[in-house]
Amino acid sequence: MESAIFSGVLGLLDGITNLGGGQVVMMAIAGVLLYLGIGKGFEPLLLVPIGFGAILVNIPQADLMAEGGTLRFFYDFGIRTEIFPVLIFIGIGAMTDFGPLFSNPKIVMLGAAGQFGIFLTLLLALGLGFDKLDAVAIAVIGACDGPTAIYVSSRFAPHLLGAVSVAAYSYMSLVPLIQPPIMRALTTAREKQLVMSMVQQAPVSRTARILFPIIVTVVASIIAPLGTPLIGMLMLGNLLRECGVVERLKGASENEIANIVTLLLGLAIGGTMAAERFLRVETLMVLGLGLVAIGLDTVMGVLFGKGMCLLSRGKINPLIGAAGISAFPMAARVVQNVGQRYNKKNHLLMHAMSANAGGQIGSVIAAAIMLSVLRGMGII
Amino acid sequence: MATTVTAPMVGKILRIEANPGQAVEEDDVIIVMEAMKMEIPVVAPGGGTVKEVKVEVGQSVEAGEELAEIE
Repeated sequence: MESAIFSGVLGLLDGITNLGGGQVVMMAIAGVLLYLGIGKGFEPLLLVPIGFGAILVNIPQADLMAEGGTLRFFYDFGIRTEIFPVLIFIGIGAMTDFGPLFSNPKIVMLGAAGQFGIFLTLLLALGLGFDKLDAVAIAVIGACDGPTAIYVSSRFAPHLLGAVSVAAYSYMSLVPLIQPPIMRALTTAREKQLVMSMVQQAPVSRTARILFPIIVTVVASIIAPLGTPLIGMLMLGNLLRECGVVERLKGASENEIANIVTLLLGLAIGGTMAAERFLRVETLMVLGLGLVAIGLDTVMGVLFGKGMCLLSRGKINPLIGAAGISAFPMAARVVQNVGQRYNKKNHLLMHAMSANAGGQIGSVIAAAIMLSVLRGMGII
Repeated sequence: MATTVTAPMVGKILRIEANPGQAVEEDDVIIVMEAMKMEIPVVAPGGGTVKEVKVEVGQSVEAGEELAEIE
């Protein structure tokens, strides 16, 4: 009897005796993610569940990601099926006002330039010897768009999902640190100080706002069919917002659906961060290349902005090119701050918003185009 | 000569940093606006004395709306 009690009590030590160094390291990394979310306010809606999920999955013997495990259930249900990122897009569509796109269609083109980092990083990752599908998943970090990155990597390189999502979401929140040095380096003193004319927001008709998501869906999906689930849901959310007759669905999309899915998505991604899968050189390379991808987006956006500056004879400040990425509205705020630093009378925010809204759609379309091209090449 | 301080974009008045009668220099912050959840400092286009502040804290303004006058 005594020995049975003794071995029963010893069972409580099982967790500790099975705790590996890797799991301790991962819990520390999870702690950093929680700190960034809670202490620094970086993407807390995602980093808090991701960080906590990462702690849970590294508890020895709890096996939360084993067949039948709690986190595994969320993962199989929402990420393996790609349904979570797709649902998130309905919410984003319902929350986003694409109005700034209408005020200056020319500037929207910067939202395409800001996606070139995806393609350059794809080449770079292939050059570094990454497997083709892995390279695709890494490159898509350059979309600077969490759900798109998760959608693509869960489909083509699920073993990299943890690293890709952590890179996508942490870099998105680091945009205010990553972009300014690149913007400063690529522009001349005169360009930085260029004042742009005030944005007079022209009223956009309701018909235009309703037709916009429908037309974008049809045109973009026909060009790049593989992106249809993403662009379709993004635009459906936007149609719910703009049509004005389904307030309840709009409300559910931007609140309940987005909130529930964000929570479960974050937990499931945290679940992919088990020590044996995450603590690899590969992860560091993914994080490194992701940073390069967002840097290259910024470089291409600003260079394109310089071209537009030249063509418009100095009416467009090239700094707004940096807002052509999808991090919305962070990148637009960065542009305003950098612009005003060099000329206190300069207010680039509203122009940058147009580029930023373009980037939001641009990232989805760019990912879709990449997938369609790769399918055309027989790679996927 | 009087110069006008105008709102650079649509937004809300968050703080008023200069009062009538106060001497200001070019690029001194006159008013802080809020737009897109961001603080936007609006500066004096030139030096002078603040003659009038035409808006109140919390007020919504359109792009180009007059905020203050300096002479």
